[in-house]
Amino acid sequence: MAQMSFREAINAGMADAMREDETVIQMGEDLRGGNGAQNPDIETLETFGGVFGVTSGLWTEFGNDRVIDTPITESAILGMAAGAAVTGLRPVAELMFMDFFGVAYDMVWNQAARFRYMFGGKAKTPLVIRGIIGAGAGAGAQHSNSPYHIFTSTAGVKVVVPSNAYDARGLMLTAIRDDDPVIFCEHKAIYDLKTEVPDEPYTIPLGVAAYPRQGTDVTVVALGNVVNTAIKVADRLAGEGISVEIVDPRTTSPLDEDGILESVASTGRLVVADESVARCGFAHDVAAMVAMKGFDSLKAPVQLVTPPHTPVPFSTPLEQEWLPNEKRIEAAIRAVVEA
Amino acid sequence: MALSKEQLLHAYQKMTEIREFEERLHTENLSGEIPGFIHLYAGEEAIAVGVCENLTDADYIASTHRGHGHCIAKGCDIEKMMYEIYGRYDGLCHGKGGSMHIADLSTGMLGANGIVGGGPPLMIGAALTAKTKGEGNVAVSFTGDGGSNQGLVFEAMNMAVVLNLPAIFVFENNGIGEATGASYSVGSKDISARAESFGLPAYKIDGTDFETVYNTAKEVIDRARSGGGPAVIEAQCTRFYGHFEGDRYLFRTKEQLKKLRGETDPLIKFREKFGKKVGVKKLDSLDQAARELVDQAVAKAHEAAWPEPSEVLTDVYVSY
Repeated sequence: MAQMSFREAINAGMADAMREDETVIQMGEDLRGGNGAQNPDIETLETFGGVFGVTSGLWTEFGNDRVIDTPITESAILGMAAGAAVTGLRPVAELMFMDFFGVAYDMVWNQAARFRYMFGGKAKTPLVIRGIIGAGAGAGAQHSNSPYHIFTSTAGVKVVVPSNAYDARGLMLTAIRDDDPVIFCEHKAIYDLKTEVPDEPYTIPLGVAAYPRQGTDVTVVALGNVVNTAIKVADRLAGEGISVEIVDPRTTSPLDEDGILESVASTGRLVVADESVARCGFAHDVAAMVAMKGFDSLKAPVQLVTPPHTPVPFSTPLEQEWLPNEKRIEAAIRAVVEA
Repeated sequence: MALSKEQLLHAYQKMTEIREFEERLHTENLSGEIPGFIHLYAGEEAIAVGVCENLTDADYIASTHRGHGHCIAKGCDIEKMMYEIYGRYDGLCHGKGGSMHIADLSTGMLGANGIVGGGPPLMIGAALTAKTKGEGNVAVSFTGDGGSNQGLVFEAMNMAVVLNLPAIFVFENNGIGEATGASYSVGSKDISARAESFGLPAYKIDGTDFETVYNTAKEVIDRARSGGGPAVIEAQCTRFYGHFEGDRYLFRTKEQLKKLRGETDPLIKFREKFGKKVGVKKLDSLDQAARELVDQAVAKAHEAAWPEPSEVLTDVYVSY
């Protein structure tokens, strides 16, 4: 075991998959970087390694045929990945910022996600789409969103939203080995966050929740970086004698409904803290599911902590107010405990 | 090299099967028993067949909403196509696709596509698979003049040039996108010249002449197989029916259409050019065989079993 950052762990998971299966290929913008550049050393140089360095070293190890730098052309990236997947490769396509799905989502929504069903079970589309999500970095309204609620609502794709390095490496290898399209959402605020990660490749199944904190008074369901925010709140409230259980589903599709319901059955109280959206988002999906299947366990109304129904603002105080932050999560926990 | 008699007869068989299939659907659709939307390929047969006669099952095509002709040309089973169009369980997609989504991966047919311009980005992915595997296979997309204006088609052409993919973009210019003329919708008025500016060779040809399509396709496909990269073919043709079945087709007068049909029917032109060489009676017998094949397919489709309601939940994922 060694300390590894979220960034390094995603990279390691992809390298694990590329070493075991030569049909795994990477495609996206500046995965290596430098094609067409003036630098005379460019033939041996990685100038980018992905905009946040997540693909660093892959071109050097696997070469031009398996790490393909593309133009800035998201529809063609996702379309090419879908077409390659349905004909026998295992592409990993990087969308850079997940916000850019808006110019390219037809290739998932109407194409890759539909192939298997629309073609009567005769197609498989083993495709991973990676992208950066999350606010908190001052990246503004077009580079800060977390649209996994839209991906989750798309039948035919699976969705991974990891919160730490250990989960990221294991879930990435699982995602690439999976025979269905998987969208892998990487929160930009935690790329440098380190956790213990095994030295050898390992997998984590999709649809199985983790419990980063166990507790008896209230269940907090969260994804991605909101898990880390919730952990801080839980540890602080433990000093006051409020026992918080945190459920990190890790994947939204499939969703570990039983894992959530069992926790709610034991605590009787639910807060869902989520960064996607204020309407028709992940929090609402979980709340509805618990209301339908776990109503008898509830001792208090469910509390949701989401962003407001606005675009992501730029200025730091506005963005911090927008986020499901520690203050709002704590207030929600107190509200359900005191109800 | 001149086409052999066997090659010509095989091509005509495919063309007459497509025509028979589409003419019959035009009639059958009036019965109200076919769910959804049908878009007929009649008039454009020489393009699908002229291209696909150069392909094997290991090559790929991506099609359009007007996809029946591409399916038949690529080797899809006609009875199973008819079952699919009627929504029956034994259809090529078990009744989950329908006319706009017929696919048969075993013959390299990656699907008709309900999204205009949806095929080319997928097709370059198949071309990337072909290039990566290095077995000399190619991928072809069919797109209409309407689809030629879509941004993602431009993206696909650019990507194919950048990555030097074995990718052929065929634009079937029938002059009408839905009910809007290409002379209105194509700003540059010239699909192939616009495509050429992406950096790939482009050919504007008579898409109603089988031999011209076949020879042009052969040239670009052979070149792509040996690593020579992508190309564009703009094949001009006439759409004999409306956008979809039920369209009153007010785009043209009956007289205009009659004249066009007389001048641009690829089957008539084939007969005029090759009838003597292959034998007119032989062509007649292929017409008759196609009629019987389609008759039988329609009759069987009417009797075929529907999917069980429980099938609504199957095959969303490989595993979940």
